[in-house]
Amino acid sequence: MNRREKVDKPLNLQVEIAGITFKNPIMPASGTFGYGEEYAPYLDLNSLGAIVTKGLSLRPKAGNNTPRVCETIGGMLNAIGLQNVGLEQFIYQKLPFLEQFDTPVIVNFFGNTQDEYGEVAARLDELPAVAGLEMNISCPNVKHGGIVFGTDPRAAFDAVSAVRKKTSKPLIVKLTPNVTDIQVTARAVEEAGADAVSLINTLTGMAVDVKTRRPRLANTIGGLSGPAIRPIAVRLVHQVVQAVKIPVIGIGGISRAMDALEFLIVGAKAVQVGTANFVDPNAMATIIDELETFCREEGIEDINDVIGTLKA
Amino acid sequence: MKNHKTIVLSNQEISPGYFRMRILAPEYNRLAKPGQFVMFRVQRSLLPLLRRPFGIFRAGFMPADCDTMPPKEFIEIIYKVVGSGTEIMQGLHYGDPIELLGPLGAGFDLSLTGGDSIMVGGGIGLVPLYMLAESIADPSRAEVLIGGRTRDDVITVTEFERLGVKTFVSTEDGSLGDEGLVTRVLESRLEKKPGARVFACGPMPMIRAVEKICRSRGVQLQVSLEELMACGVGACLGCVVKGEGHTNDNPSYLCTCKVGPVFHAGDLAWEDTVSADDCECGADR
Repeated sequence: MNRREKVDKPLNLQVEIAGITFKNPIMPASGTFGYGEEYAPYLDLNSLGAIVTKGLSLRPKAGNNTPRVCETIGGMLNAIGLQNVGLEQFIYQKLPFLEQFDTPVIVNFFGNTQDEYGEVAARLDELPAVAGLEMNISCPNVKHGGIVFGTDPRAAFDAVSAVRKKTSKPLIVKLTPNVTDIQVTARAVEEAGADAVSLINTLTGMAVDVKTRRPRLANTIGGLSGPAIRPIAVRLVHQVVQAVKIPVIGIGGISRAMDALEFLIVGAKAVQVGTANFVDPNAMATIIDELETFCREEGIEDINDVIGTLKA
Repeated sequence: MKNHKTIVLSNQEISPGYFRMRILAPEYNRLAKPGQFVMFRVQRSLLPLLRRPFGIFRAGFMPADCDTMPPKEFIEIIYKVVGSGTEIMQGLHYGDPIELLGPLGAGFDLSLTGGDSIMVGGGIGLVPLYMLAESIADPSRAEVLIGGRTRDDVITVTEFERLGVKTFVSTEDGSLGDEGLVTRVLESRLEKKPGARVFACGPMPMIRAVEKICRSRGVQLQVSLEELMACGVGACLGCVVKGEGHTNDNPSYLCTCKVGPVFHAGDLAWEDTVSADDCECGADR
């Protein structure tokens, strides 16, 4: 066989989720990539599967006091407090920049009440530049004593239903891992009309400065991310894939193509890269390159042939 | 702004616990401005995972290994060994691979260095002031006030002297120079030069004291701040400080990495910062 011919075979990295076509299954995780422009000097935004923005709320949000981040073994804790510019400022100041790229824009958003979720979704629904929505349900429900929407399947169902009524755009719901049985939440949001789920959001964690005996974060508790959480994330994605029919996007500690492939093999249709962007602003471009190399070396012509191929 | 995969050229202990590292850094002579910093990645590892920010001490050229090659461009950083990252850094030698993201951030506003300038540096805070001193057209009108806990914390005095900048050294225990805080020296120097502009970098309590002194005298002040950060490019929002007029309803959070690390003191919310001790806890300390 002609070796050269084999190398030149076309390779398909394209995947489709909820009607959105992604050039490849690699996209940033919300909150680790700003509004895209921060990373534009280091990375061709056209090369990504999608751009996922920092989480937006109806009004600008201040966020927590500092220190907001601290490093732990193989990962980091953050308690940014969802600081963001607010919906209107995003639409007028941040979105026009993203429109120039041939990459789907997925807007991550959250609300403090069910109504607020609906209001943000309705406004985003009007924007042609927004390809899809990612709904963060890992924030406290102000009207119900601050219990996190995503940890109560009933509240999650209601919130997603409210958003579903307001938008016809593809709706991805981002799940929190801080629950006893993630399959219950996943089924609840599927039933409520989600087109896809993404997981996992950060695991809650805490670190203490032993000299000052104070928490290392001003907020005391933060979200753990980075390579340290990957095995937990792979397990949860594996479980959710079995529980729902809608597509799953895997997130958690991905910094190499090998990490991304773990998620694809257990059944995720795409993955999001988070903390790795902080470590190396070019991380996603490297992962895409490595993914191509892996496919060529393994004789894989279509990345879709890898998805959900876990063997017993 | 670029990520360079590069190498260490030298790494020497210049005072107990303080190291000066020279790194091969193409384009930095042209690009780096006084007050800017780099995000330094020790190695591809899980500990430390994140990069660490370091102020650029200076940029320069050194002779190439052979005369058919162009001179080598380098930068120098100075760091204190305080945590897991800097512990690994102190063991690096010539040729060891590292990654450098930068130059990052907004540096000093150089339009204000025309008249009398007073630079105030506490310990490692002296680092970003050196390039500023280099850029001052008339060094005889500039002075640098160098403070430290003990004489071990007083670094690079000779380098400043060589620029023709007048130096004043003070230590808290009196082991070198005047005994006392560097802010006391600042007060006495401002008596002599009331029209001077002040540039300060150092620990947060020093910065706050300097700000109070300058505000009460109506002296223009620029400060270089240090905060914990994950990305260095304005994405993680970990390194924010409160801007002037910040309230919870109308938040004004400024990224130290992007809007800073150098700020005009008037652009920051000081009352708030004074009451909350929110700047001094560190993963790296």
